[in-house]
Amino acid sequence: MPKTLYDKIWNDHLVHQDDEGNALLYVDRHLVHEVTSPQAFEGLRMQGRKVRRPELTLAVPDHNVPTTDRSKGIADRQSKLQVDTLRDNCKEFGINLFDVNDKRQGIVHIIGPEQGFTQPGTVIVCGDSHTATHGAFGSLAFGIGTSEVEHVLATQTLIQKKSKNFRVNVNGNLPAGVTSKDVILKIIGTIGTAGGTGHVIEFAGDVIKNLSVEQRMTICNMTIEAGARAGLIAPDEKTIKYFENRPMSPKGENWDKAVESWKKLFSDKDAKFDKEVNINAKDIEPLVTWGTSPQDVSPITGEVPDPEKETDLDRKTAMYRSLEYMGLKPKMKISDIKVDRIFIGSCTNGRIEDLRLAASLLKGKKIASDVSAMVVPGSGLVKKQAEEEGIDKIFKNAGFQWREPGCSMCLGMNEDQLSSKERCASTSNRNFEGRQGRGGRTHLVSPGMAVAAALKGYLADVREIN
Amino acid sequence: MQKFLKLKSIPAHIPLMNIDTDMIIPKQFLKTIKRTGLGKSLFYEMRYDESGKIIDKFILNNEPYNKSKILIAGKNFGCGSSREHAPWALLDFGIKCVISTSFADIFYNNCFNNGILPIVIDEKSIGNLASYSERKEEIDIDLEEQKISYGNNKIEFKIDPSKKKRLLEGLDNIGISLKKIPRIEEFEISLKKDKPWI
Ligand code: SF4
Repeated sequence: MPKTLYDKIWNDHLVHQDDEGNALLYVDRHLVHEVTSPQAFEGLRMQGRKVRRPELTLAVPDHNVPTTDRSKGIADRQSKLQVDTLRDNCKEFGINLFDVNDKRQGIVHIIGPEQGFTQPGTVIVCGDSHTATHGAFGSLAFGIGTSEVEHVLATQTLIQKKSKNFRVNVNGNLPAGVTSKDVILKIIGTIGTAGGTGHVIEFAGDVIKNLSVEQRMTICNMTIEAGARAGLIAPDEKTIKYFENRPMSPKGENWDKAVESWKKLFSDKDAKFDKEVNINAKDIEPLVTWGTSPQDVSPITGEVPDPEKETDLDRKTAMYRSLEYMGLKPKMKISDIKVDRIFIGSCTNGRIEDLRLAASLLKGKKIASDVSAMVVPGSGLVKKQAEEEGIDKIFKNAGFQWREPGCSMCLGMNEDQLSSKERCASTSNRNFEGRQGRGGRTHLVSPGMAVAAALKGYLADVREIN
Repeated sequence: MQKFLKLKSIPAHIPLMNIDTDMIIPKQFLKTIKRTGLGKSLFYEMRYDESGKIIDKFILNNEPYNKSKILIAGKNFGCGSSREHAPWALLDFGIKCVISTSFADIFYNNCFNNGILPIVIDEKSIGNLASYSERKEEIDIDLEEQKISYGNNKIEFKIDPSKKKRLLEGLDNIGISLKKIPRIEEFEISLKKDKPWI
């Protein structure tokens, strides 16, 4: 029977399955960060359990770390305790840790692929919903809760039920100024934040094929924002090239064997999908979100929608609530929305290609005088690369702050936060109430659109930067 | 994990869709290294104003809802992050059952690892239960029978048999899976042969 890519990886990892379809799935790669792991290690300790395969887990502190000078350590007592606890746990259980001052430290979903720890055809889990990012390499990657982190540590497996197959095809040519961030926002805007619930989404079509692997990561990263368990993209020559000579990539004879097996990772021609959606690239414009759910998208040339036109009562209530929180009026022009802050970073858009693109648009210009803007590279290695290319200087000369790597204002667990009513054009993935700081107002955008907003001081069209 | 058998309580109704995990427990409370103590911060930004004062009109701040063990909410409850702090906060507040028309996948799974019962029912049934919440009348949940009773009415709900069993018996998943170690070892041997680079 023809199989989908998801079916293939799933079958490949089945340790056991009972009559009700509860499967025990083998986990090849496990990523751990400081926020969702302390209670899991504590659980192991209380039961006197060991980590079954410590070498298959990689740990990094990212959510709580300061993005300013780190030489003085972490000021916030609780953040420090969490980072210290991770260090102690890794030591006790024999887990590889990229600590705060390691130059490889960075956002968990950026360092995995960067090191070659992430690999095609593997099952990858992490106590973090954006684990979906790694699906860009053809690995089945998804977020789990802390009890499941503990389960993986103890058994190197996970109890799972199989999801349904969903394929999103994006075909055609992307118009100028439109990036993979706009593609995924368009997809979420089309199928809704619960559109993918119970499914694994495979992204296909020539637009996806033509994207670089880093751009594909942006798409898979936000799959969870459409409610799906995981996002998948079939690996190809670009994927294989990406993993050549990464520190943790297979070496020598193993490399050849791995490549051979990676080439079999695709959905068979007649494979059945439970759901399929087609998107035409020409219908995608540079997008922004206006509300507090990632599905609340509008073209930059558009208007804030009018809840009165909404027929679904729940949706109407939600829209009014969003608009009130966001401090916006129905029907106002999106380009009339004034911003206070700009954030370029996160596991969605904190990679070298994102920074290169933003810098190319910013070169020789200055940001609006009343805007405060920052760039937070996704990892220490991304930062180093950018500095070697002189990208940091372009940002700094334009008026951006150039920071140390971490999650930063994507969720504001460290001191990088919006204050109440502050409005931010952000390249991150969630615009939930309070996400970037209590009362803070988030507009999700692509890196290019973040630059446009920085230059104008308003949400602005990347196509109009000259 | 505590067993879940029956539950009786006046339900609290929050008629919002897409209640996300940032709303259930904002990030500043994720810095804990414990599972307990999060109840007072549940729905923090809806419950307290910026100076930390209680917001009177929020339902969980009022009698009898501050003792509710059952929460009724709009669709796609628990969307957003994988943080288990969300079910921990609900549990610590005293909520052992959440009823909605739909849940986000990760949150739904996390509930079962903490002895919380998430129930999916249709829109109309939600409306019926919501009126009981408004009238401050109790409803009854019987997991064994898979029934919610209110007054003389009953609503049946579906649940995966293995998940039901785990809640009824308060089983620890890890203990169950560790019994399968021989199978895991077998898998690892063939993995080493087929994919030595893993
Ligand atoms: S950058 Fe944001 S979304 Fe990504 S792991 Fe960090 S907090 Fe989560």
